[in-house]
Amino acid sequence: MSFDKYVRNEPENQNFQVNRRALVEQEVLDEEMKKVFDKCWIYAGHESEIKNKGDFKTRNVCGRPIILCRDANEKIRVYLNVCMHRAAVVCREPEGNSKGFFCFYHGWSYNINGELDGVPGKASYPPSFDQSKLGLAEPAQVDSYKGFVFITFNPEAPSLVDYLAGAKEYIDLIVDQSPDGKMEVLEGTQEYDMKANWKLLVENSFDDYHLITTHSTWLNFMKRSGVEIKKPEKGHLMPSHGVGKALGNGHAVIDNVNFRGRPVAKWIPLYGEAAKPVIDNIRKELVDRLGEERATRVADTNRNLVVFPNLVLNDGSAVTIRTFFPVAPNRMHVTAWALAPENESPEARAVRLDSFLTFYGPGGFATPDDVEALESVQKGMATYKEVEWSVMSRGMAKEGEQLNTDELHLRAFWLRWSELMADQK
Amino acid sequence: MNITGEITRSVVEDLFYHEAFLLDNWRLDDWLMLLTEDCTYQVPSNDAPQSQSGQALYLIADDRRRITERVTRLKDKNAHSEFPHSRTRRIIGNVQFCELIDTSEPTYSAHANFIIYRHRRDGDIRAYVGRYENEVKKLNNQLLFSKRKVYLDAYELGAMGLVSFIL
Repeated sequence: MSFDKYVRNEPENQNFQVNRRALVEQEVLDEEMKKVFDKCWIYAGHESEIKNKGDFKTRNVCGRPIILCRDANEKIRVYLNVCMHRAAVVCREPEGNSKGFFCFYHGWSYNINGELDGVPGKASYPPSFDQSKLGLAEPAQVDSYKGFVFITFNPEAPSLVDYLAGAKEYIDLIVDQSPDGKMEVLEGTQEYDMKANWKLLVENSFDDYHLITTHSTWLNFMKRSGVEIKKPEKGHLMPSHGVGKALGNGHAVIDNVNFRGRPVAKWIPLYGEAAKPVIDNIRKELVDRLGEERATRVADTNRNLVVFPNLVLNDGSAVTIRTFFPVAPNRMHVTAWALAPENESPEARAVRLDSFLTFYGPGGFATPDDVEALESVQKGMATYKEVEWSVMSRGMAKEGEQLNTDELHLRAFWLRWSELMADQK
Repeated sequence: MNITGEITRSVVEDLFYHEAFLLDNWRLDDWLMLLTEDCTYQVPSNDAPQSQSGQALYLIADDRRRITERVTRLKDKNAHSEFPHSRTRRIIGNVQFCELIDTSEPTYSAHANFIIYRHRRDGDIRAYVGRYENEVKKLNNQLLFSKRKVYLDAYELGAMGLVSFIL
């Protein structure tokens, strides 16, 4: 049993509760920025976003402006987007291709490898001024796994592969969709705020318990389009079987038998008759390359993966990369991209993007109702002094397998979060 | 709106104003009557306004069937993000139109700037500012939208949050 400020974990009493303070107080946010976001590996972008030498993207990660770029040696680099002189950002464009970065304030310039290669009026600096030590700063560690680029501000963080633990298997399942193992982030980014604590989106992203009531309009739409929605089996809430699993280090997943169609590669009537041969071909390639068993695993299950703390890879109606950062205890900024096999045919690409929008995003048929749910939770949280604890014990009395509608995977996140927050350092 | 005479800017303006009236009053079935059977409704992602739907991720990329489904959803009180319905108020201006060439039937571009204020209970006012680059056609003496393409000016959807109502 563990009992701490935020999480009550009492397996012997089959009780698990989360203190709502953890989702409301500024003090908690200040602490988690240090103990969670500054300690963990955090998703920064995808290698496909910067395909060529000199390509760059700028964005914010953990509140820091960063530049993700491919240097002159084609190496993936992440720079802190800040002039070493007096701190202005050195790149103000969202994306582009460049030989370097220029601070317009006083004219310091950096080449694409991050070296300081121009200082106006250098003669006035004393002899101690060492230009070679004033290249663009970088996070403590940068690494990537199968195209997904992560950074950490923690020099003592374990290697990325160790950190990812069991999440790797689920990233592999996504990447296996691509004939050449290469996936790419598509043009067009959905960036939107939610007036809710960021941890609510972690929970929501792989919480199938809410699907039936929160997303009934989506289910009805799927039914009308000809998708078969089976009556749940005994003890189930969902039309198909699915499990929740903890993957180590706070990562967790729901892993479901697909009923809702998949661009790779399970056709549903919603995709239209013309798409049938397109999806059939993708399926055939998959079976030829991976064998029947692995192809079935890739194509006939959908999985929502949380990579601790704030990366969600939903491989369902399409593949979405979703990351989010708190800007206040009751507000987060969400960024979502569509990920697809490189060299996908235009027809398959169009099916994928259409399928994406049936569910996901600020104009989709499901995500808006998630946002409403989380904002509604956050409103309710104002009573946290009167009603202190949320209940998260679904499945605790079960031996073995836990359903996607149980809460084991949510507990896995909270236990890791609570462990990091308890660190006295 | 019965159109008997020539199509002029004020006729196009009237269509925009009528649409704004119907949408602000959540008369969604009536609004559907203003669209052709092949009408599309698209909102590109804020960071890629010039991108092509089908190749890039949009916020909304509806064909006519999907528009109808969207309306069905929005009329259901289980569309939680719009229940109770947002209160909206649209201001349309700077309407421009011209006849498009190389089209099989007479088609006109119909562009306009808009500001839409959206109010939710317990919420701050959300302002959606942007531009319609629509197309209209005259069918059976009715002027109808055959394309609705909505560009939002903001660099990101950000504090607007959602496009769960019809822009």
